[in-house]
Amino acid sequence: MQTGNLLLLVLILVALAYYLGLRRSVALARPLGGIRHLQSLPFYYAMRVALWCAIPALVVLGLWMVLDDTLIRQLVIGGLPEGLRPPSPGARGLLITQIQNVASGALPRGSVAPELAAAADRLVGLRGINRLALAVAVLAAAMFGAAWGWARISPRLRAREQVERILRGLFMLCALVAILTTVGIVLSVLFESIRFFHKVSPMEFLFGVHWSPQTALRADQVASSGAFGAVPLFLGTMMISAIALLVAVPVGLMSAIYLAEYARPWVRSFAKPALEILAGVPTVVYGFFAALTVAPFIRGLGESLGLDVASESALAAGLVMGVMIIPFVSSLADDVITAVPQVMRDGSLGLGATKSETIRKVVIPAALPGIMGGVLLAASRAIGETMIVVMAAGLAANLTANPLDAVTTVTVQIVTLLTGDQEFDSAKTLAAFALGLMLFITTLALNVLALHIVRKYREQYE
Amino acid sequence: MDTAQSLDNRDAEAGRTPATQDKDHRPAMQDTPYPEHTVGHPFLDDPKMRLRDVNVFYADNQAIHNVSLDIGKNEVIALIGPSGCGKSTFLRSLNRMNDTIDICRVNGELFLERQDLYDSKMDVVELRARVGMVFQKPNPFPKSIYDNVAYGPRLHGLADKKYDLDEMVETSLRKAGLWDEVKDRLHAPGTGLSGGQQQRLCIARTIAVSPEVVLMDEPCSALDPIATAKIEELIAELTESYTIAIVTHSMQQAARVSHRTAYFHLGRLIEVNDTDTVFTKPEHALTEAYITGRFG
Ligand SMILES: Nc1ncnc2c1ncn2[C@@H]1O[C@H](COP(=O)(O)OP(=O)(O)OP(=O)(O)O)[C@@H](O)[C@H]1O
Ligand SMILES: [Mg+2]
Repeated sequence: MQTGNLLLLVLILVALAYYLGLRRSVALARPLGGIRHLQSLPFYYAMRVALWCAIPALVVLGLWMVLDDTLIRQLVIGGLPEGLRPPSPGARGLLITQIQNVASGALPRGSVAPELAAAADRLVGLRGINRLALAVAVLAAAMFGAAWGWARISPRLRAREQVERILRGLFMLCALVAILTTVGIVLSVLFESIRFFHKVSPMEFLFGVHWSPQTALRADQVASSGAFGAVPLFLGTMMISAIALLVAVPVGLMSAIYLAEYARPWVRSFAKPALEILAGVPTVVYGFFAALTVAPFIRGLGESLGLDVASESALAAGLVMGVMIIPFVSSLADDVITAVPQVMRDGSLGLGATKSETIRKVVIPAALPGIMGGVLLAASRAIGETMIVVMAAGLAANLTANPLDAVTTVTVQIVTLLTGDQEFDSAKTLAAFALGLMLFITTLALNVLALHIVRKYREQYE
Repeated sequence: MDTAQSLDNRDAEAGRTPATQDKDHRPAMQDTPYPEHTVGHPFLDDPKMRLRDVNVFYADNQAIHNVSLDIGKNEVIALIGPSGCGKSTFLRSLNRMNDTIDICRVNGELFLERQDLYDSKMDVVELRARVGMVFQKPNPFPKSIYDNVAYGPRLHGLADKKYDLDEMVETSLRKAGLWDEVKDRLHAPGTGLSGGQQQRLCIARTIAVSPEVVLMDEPCSALDPIATAKIEELIAELTESYTIAIVTHSMQQAARVSHRTAYFHLGRLIEVNDTDTVFTKPEHALTEAYITGRFG
């Protein structure tokens, strides 16, 4: 039986178990004088039976699927004559693949040793048995579980507490999956970075000012030996992010002030979502907007002023990225500004302050921590942004403070490092992991800081 | 004319509602009409504020009807009345705080001594410096105690030197009876004070700009009896230099702190008299019903 069908069958059994549990608990309640006399509502009894049906079946299924492949391989290899048993794990893997290919018909039977063909037959046989056994085991588990749960139903059974506990466990499991995935990603990046730091010293990586990750593909090739100083990349990232924030913070903050303090309700109800659409535009669209419209415009402008502007400039990428992150600033700032209590404004107005004085001296200071949180979130968004920079800022790792030059950023370099066809353990590809780790640490720190500030702000008026 | 007509109809309806709601409680009230004019003594010679035929609207809903009243120099006038009768609305129209509410319209004659409050040439900033306001809920700014008090003087450029400002802050805090409690932590945040201290800080903040009139909207409703007693004491002291209009739900408080009492009922000013008279022999049946606790 296919696993999908098996799952469907288990689901039907679970539904059945639920129904039977419901029936039984209601039946038990009748002589007592109504469901009021049960310890829990019939729903909980039914749920308990359903869970008793589902959980053992799923546990059996899960364990089986994890273990069966290894077991079958062991049996197939073990069945081979002594002389054919491979000595090393690598050779074993190859042999297994060969047998599997014969079994699936991808490799003609005649092309391999007759022992291997026999092994392939055994593999097919074992797989058939395995599938059958799995179905039997899972269904048996489901039925025994349900039967046991059903038989245990009694008016005094604390079904509600048990169901609550099991559900809590389930939710926790789901949360755990999410957390473990994150941990897994971080660890894999970390280990690859450590491998990178075996090849290139951390000092060179962190403080080197020269970035040119090209290494020789073959031993006889003439190529640069590779330089992995990440400083130009981080400076590039910082410069573009700074330009973006210079655009986004004033514009975002002022539009938030307008929306929260001056705009009429209908303007606000229309303008706020319109502003938030900016965050929904795909970054690749911003990218070609930057590359095809803004960059040439800046270049033209620069030339008319007698400046030398690269066709791909940090300024173009930064400006467009700034537009992209405006809603991050404005939306959060708007929320915190509207959260400043009206009595605060009244107090200031009552002392004879004008509206703008009130905003400057009372509202903004009161909302400042929340606004800072929004700015930091926007900053970490800017630092992690890739597409706009790939398209508009270029690939040249220049160490420059001139926003009119082409620069490159950490994210762009990660993309270029991993899109080449290189061995996966060369310093070049591993460098991507080290860069990713650094980026991750930076944005994580910014996010933690932002969340901390926002949370602190929330407590202030509650 | 048409609108006036329909408003009158609405008034008549509004006037009936409370009486019909609660008949078993006060059968006599059902037919008690509003007086043609405010009873008692609403007018004074040489008043601080002269208010005539004041009407306040929230969009189409009239919250204050033809209120005429004088507020005397250095007097404390208490505004009392059941919830929703328009005390806050009336008070807020005295320093144009209602301007901050888009749908609110005020008409009538409102004069602060010789000046028309709603004159187009009236500077609201200056008006609010002359007619200050203390709110129901203590609302210190999220700044230091010092900066809270210095806020008004800085705004109006009242102090040229740091020394002058320091002195203003100290005098205001002393007048508000808060100086001894906070003199060692002037630069701690004002929000860190207790509720009663915060309210006194707000009073200090208001009197720091030397207003002529101080409007107080239920200044003690968020405070415990001890803090309330302190504020009441403070009000008594402040009458020496200021005119005070205070909204309160506590009859005892009105009786303790005020010279005159004005009773509002559903947007109308029913009776104004010396506080003693109002609480011992009220002239109007509605006033009597309210102060004897038959409704409100
Ligand atoms: N901002 C506003 N918008 C619309 N209507 C309002 C507004 N503020 C008050 N009102 C209405 O005006 C009337 C008077 O309200 P007001 O707040 O002045 O009453 P109050 O006497 O101060 O009541 P309380 O003793 O409960 O504070 C009420 O009917 C109220 O619904
Ligand atoms: Mg009120």
